Amino acid sequence: MTQAEKELRFQEKIDREIKIEPNDWMPDEYRQTLVRQISQHAHSEVVGMLPEGNWITRAPNLRRKAVLLAKVQDEAGHGLYLYSAVETLGTSREQTIDDLHSGKAKYSSIFNYPALTWADIGTIGWLVDGAAIMNQVALCRTSYGPYARAMVKICKEESFHQRQGYESLIKLCNGTPQQKAMAQDAMNRFWWPALMMFGPSDAESTHSDQSIKWKIKRFTNDELRQSFVDATVPQAEILGLTIPDSNLKWNEERGHYDFSEIDWNEFWQVVKGNGPCNKERLAARVKAKEEGAWVREAASAFAKKRAMKKSA
Amino acid sequence: MMEQSALFEYVLRMSDDSLILAQRLGEWCGHGPILEEDIALTNISLDLIGQAISLYDLAADLEGKGRNHDQLAYMRYEQEYKNVLLVEQPNGDFAMTMLRQFFFDAFRLPLYEALMQSPVEQLAAIAAKSVKETRYHLKHSSEWVIRMGDGTDESHKRAQDAIDHLWRYTHELFYVDAIDHALLADGKIPNMETIQAKWMTTVTSILQEATLEIPKNNWKFEGGREGRHSEHMGYLLADLQYMQRAYPNMEW
Repeated sequence: MTQAEKELRFQEKIDREIKIEPNDWMPDEYRQTLVRQISQHAHSEVVGMLPEGNWITRAPNLRRKAVLLAKVQDEAGHGLYLYSAVETLGTSREQTIDDLHSGKAKYSSIFNYPALTWADIGTIGWLVDGAAIMNQVALCRTSYGPYARAMVKICKEESFHQRQGYESLIKLCNGTPQQKAMAQDAMNRFWWPALMMFGPSDAESTHSDQSIKWKIKRFTNDELRQSFVDATVPQAEILGLTIPDSNLKWNEERGHYDFSEIDWNEFWQVVKGNGPCNKERLAARVKAKEEGAWVREAASAFAKKRAMKKSA
Repeated sequence: MMEQSALFEYVLRMSDDSLILAQRLGEWCGHGPILEEDIALTNISLDLIGQAISLYDLAADLEGKGRNHDQLAYMRYEQEYKNVLLVEQPNGDFAMTMLRQFFFDAFRLPLYEALMQSPVEQLAAIAAKSVKETRYHLKHSSEWVIRMGDGTDESHKRAQDAIDHLWRYTHELFYVDAIDHALLADGKIPNMETIQAKWMTTVTSILQEATLEIPKNNWKFEGGREGRHSEHMGYLLADLQYMQRAYPNMEW
């Protein structure tokens, strides 16, 4: 079979909604796109543990502490499934992590913003996990089988994360004026970065067309961003929080909310490493890897010793 | 009434052990040597928080002053916390954290097993639920002690250093005073000597398998059970209590 025939067959399968599995033939570019996207997603889960993990020791009561621990633990679990999904494409977890540490691989820029108050934890759950769900629900039907299956499990947990975040904000917004102000401040700081999570606008997005054709992506960045805004505005109204955008208003004709242009300069600055916490986040991951090297070496040396004893 | 307050103190000591160790383990989140350990350490922390909630609820009932588990966990002064010094010790490296965990798990498991027989029904029920979790914790920490001890030269040395450092805090796990004597006389709690013997059996056998040694130095530190803590405790509580102290009388 020629390359062109293989590609034709591959596209036919995609068009007929047949999942691509690890041992199936796939174009190199499809594989690379998936490795890039899934590893970026895995890194986001793992780096995302840092801003929230930072609040575990300071959670205001035992129930919130337990919920936050459970949430961050889920994120580590998501990281694991996703690194495993990348491994089905022939790239080891070690390699994937090295690419993160060298700066070659990216993670969601949202985690380069600091979590400054307890309200940020609720807001991250509500807006950040909410935005992630918009992306991820669509990914449950992505064309690559292992990724789609990982996403089904991840989405169930993410929707719990979003609900616990919202529920925590309900408490703040019905609490004292100080608590309400804390929630509004978090909203002011996280709204725009949350909208940026959907990536560059469709006009600027380099990977979009081919990814849609291969059904890795089902919706464009702008479509998902619009769905998120439409879903979130009424939720903010229930909380009594103001969305920091004076141009936000319902457009009867479009059947959607209109909103201001994102500050793309800020977006690209953070992507390039100039966000408030880029250096700290990456440094924390590198430190964990370096300081843990002796632990991993011990585990593998021990496993070898035991294997030798068994075979002896 | 006297006995009620002895039981309150006893349960409070157990609650504080769980809470303070959970607080320490929570510090690891996102910084573990491997993702699987981030999951394991947060999971153990979560179990301990769950145990602390049940134990504080029981303590609050016994006390009968209308305090709830959060008030007990968050709104006391340092001297009122009765955890052993071992659990408040800083995480150090992974070996220090895992040896601290191992010494504690090896103590908690036989304690819970024995408390399942306690005539104090709520305490027996908490023990029955927690014993399953603690069995996993001990399995996890024991396996790491063996891996580190019998892994590389470096891991062996780090594990031995952790043992040498932490050994002085282990005796306090078996601390007894008038509170314990009163409850033991009534058959409400197990004899600490029995628990200590079981602890020693576990520790001896795991350290032997790990090719690690029990220190000759028998210096003993204690004070936690009476509310005299190490310098580390104030900082730990500053984090733990931050929100409740900075924003008093609010619900979260």
